[in-house]
Amino acid sequence: MAAVVEVMSGTARELGKTLRLLSRNKIGFAGLLVTLLVVFMSLAGPLIWPPEQSANVADINQGPSQKHWLGTDFQGQDNLLKVISGGKEIVIIAFLAGTLTTLLAVSVGAFSAFIGGWVDGLLMEVVNVWLTIPKLPLLAILATMLKLNDVWLLAVILALIQWPGLARQVRSQILTLKKRDYVEAATMLDLGTGNIIFREMLPNMMSFITIALIFEMTHAIYQQTSLVFLGLVPFSGANWGVMIELAQRKGALFAPTAAWSLLAPSLAIILFQLALVSFARSLDEVFNPRLRTSV
Amino acid sequence: MAVTSTTPRPSIAPRPEPVEGSLLVWLDRIKSNYLLRRLVKAIFTVWLVTTLIFFVLRAMPGNPVDIFLQDLTASGISPEEARNQAAALLNIRLDQPIHEQYFEFIGNLLRGDLGRSYRSRGLLVSDMIAARLPWTLFSVGLSLLLSFTIGIALGTIMAYLRDSWFDHLLSNVAATLDALSQYLIGLLAILLLGVVWKAVPIQQMRGSLSPGVQPGFTLEFYGDLLGHVLVLALVYVLSTVGGWTLAMKSSTVATLGEDYVTVAKARGLSDGRIITAYVGRNATLPLFTRLAITIGFALGGAVLLEELFVYQGIGYLLVQAIRARDYPVMQGIFMVITMAVVAANLVADFAYGWLDPRIRIAGEGN
Repeated sequence: MAAVVEVMSGTARELGKTLRLLSRNKIGFAGLLVTLLVVFMSLAGPLIWPPEQSANVADINQGPSQKHWLGTDFQGQDNLLKVISGGKEIVIIAFLAGTLTTLLAVSVGAFSAFIGGWVDGLLMEVVNVWLTIPKLPLLAILATMLKLNDVWLLAVILALIQWPGLARQVRSQILTLKKRDYVEAATMLDLGTGNIIFREMLPNMMSFITIALIFEMTHAIYQQTSLVFLGLVPFSGANWGVMIELAQRKGALFAPTAAWSLLAPSLAIILFQLALVSFARSLDEVFNPRLRTSV
Repeated sequence: MAVTSTTPRPSIAPRPEPVEGSLLVWLDRIKSNYLLRRLVKAIFTVWLVTTLIFFVLRAMPGNPVDIFLQDLTASGISPEEARNQAAALLNIRLDQPIHEQYFEFIGNLLRGDLGRSYRSRGLLVSDMIAARLPWTLFSVGLSLLLSFTIGIALGTIMAYLRDSWFDHLLSNVAATLDALSQYLIGLLAILLLGVVWKAVPIQQMRGSLSPGVQPGFTLEFYGDLLGHVLVLALVYVLSTVGGWTLAMKSSTVATLGEDYVTVAKARGLSDGRIITAYVGRNATLPLFTRLAITIGFALGGAVLLEELFVYQGIGYLLVQAIRARDYPVMQGIFMVITMAVVAANLVADFAYGWLDPRIRIAGEGN
């Protein structure tokens, strides 16, 4: 337990240092701010600006105006209000699925690297086979058999499908770290495996894991919105993916006046993904002095 | 995949020679031959995925066979009759224990029999796939070839001009494209090119060919073929080229620091020769392992994009099958896509071995 507490306080210290470094990197800082904004708007926004309940037949498929900043959809509802109330599920699933994927990948990768031998070989073969399975078709097929309406169930399924790539990276990271002098010294001093993992290795992998976590979150956004887009996961009406699917079904793709009801949710997803990725990329630069000079 | 499994092994002391012609000799040959080992692994992967999909579709609670039976019984057919119909349609005998069904399924599969469609009664799944597969292979293949070439060219230029404005601009554009979801690029391409700017006649570009155009060696056919694949290919290229560019840049930067490049420069070789024979050839190597992953990604993405562009490939067929809960078709397409990915892996590995003699030698080992 003490080791865990140590890691936590160490992480908090690191976090402060990282934020200071990050504020110098403009794109990354903007990415962080936009991410926080999207998360805040998605979770708290609907409480401040409640979604419209009824249709407005008079204002169907309008372009942006003073009254409706992002235009209106096929029901005459304001696109901006729908975008605000449509982010909650996406943000929550992205967070859950990203965290679960990372946890699973780090556990399997670390276990495989530490145990070595034939177990390691077998696990890596499983990973290689798993990586060749086309994920989206598999997800689509599973979605016909499992009712993926539940946020937790979908997050678990996404994690089960997504973990192998990251697990392989974690394994090679740990194998590299194991050869570092300070880890070898700790091994020679016989500080115990738990101690070596939590106090010597994990703090040095925190940056790598954080970046991986963010990238897994963008993958989860891609996959869940794809499923909704195919009409396989019937989430509630207020969801960026559902907005796209509904608008497309109502023919918005070929009606120039309705373009905004497709553009608004698409831009929301793009904004969220780009913010996450630019934040992760700048973290990479902040943590990695070699990249800081060469890119 | 090749990189992890082909690190040079230390040479082992000579083992006692097994008796000629025995199983051991064969196993030994398989183990020591790089290409053969890859082949065995590929076959094993296909078998594993096939088995997985069999048990998912047959043995999971709420599996489609049960649901199909329920549907039939609900429509007024006696349970007896329903079982017979299901057995005939799915080419399975439901009375047999699951492992015997499994062996029969594998046997059918080896003969190329994927069963019949639930919904388009009587149609063989293998025929349905055979009619659609060429379109997907054509559009995905063409696009990946284009994006691979463009990515390698841009990546090399960026590596040579690193830290210039060109490099910074392209790095950001490539990272942005790499981060975007494939179907969103497709959606925006249709929306902006076809609807808002009206740059292309998007309505006429739906489908894979215009009605009435006959396949043949005519200018009209080729024109129509390219016209229909144009925007789809653009979307595939845009969604994959960013990854290629970034990978090629970092690989080239790493290669430029190698001793043999410095030596080549010192020997006064021309820049063109250094770029192609010394830097390019070595820097492209790691990208071949990426090729397999990208092909899998593109084939998976075909599900979304072909639906969006109403392109008559297997991705579109899969979406139709999923909407209609047509399980034999879903199962068949899933296996075909997996086989395509495995085959692509294999080709990439072979190409890798051919391009990089070090791998071959390491594989042949002792």
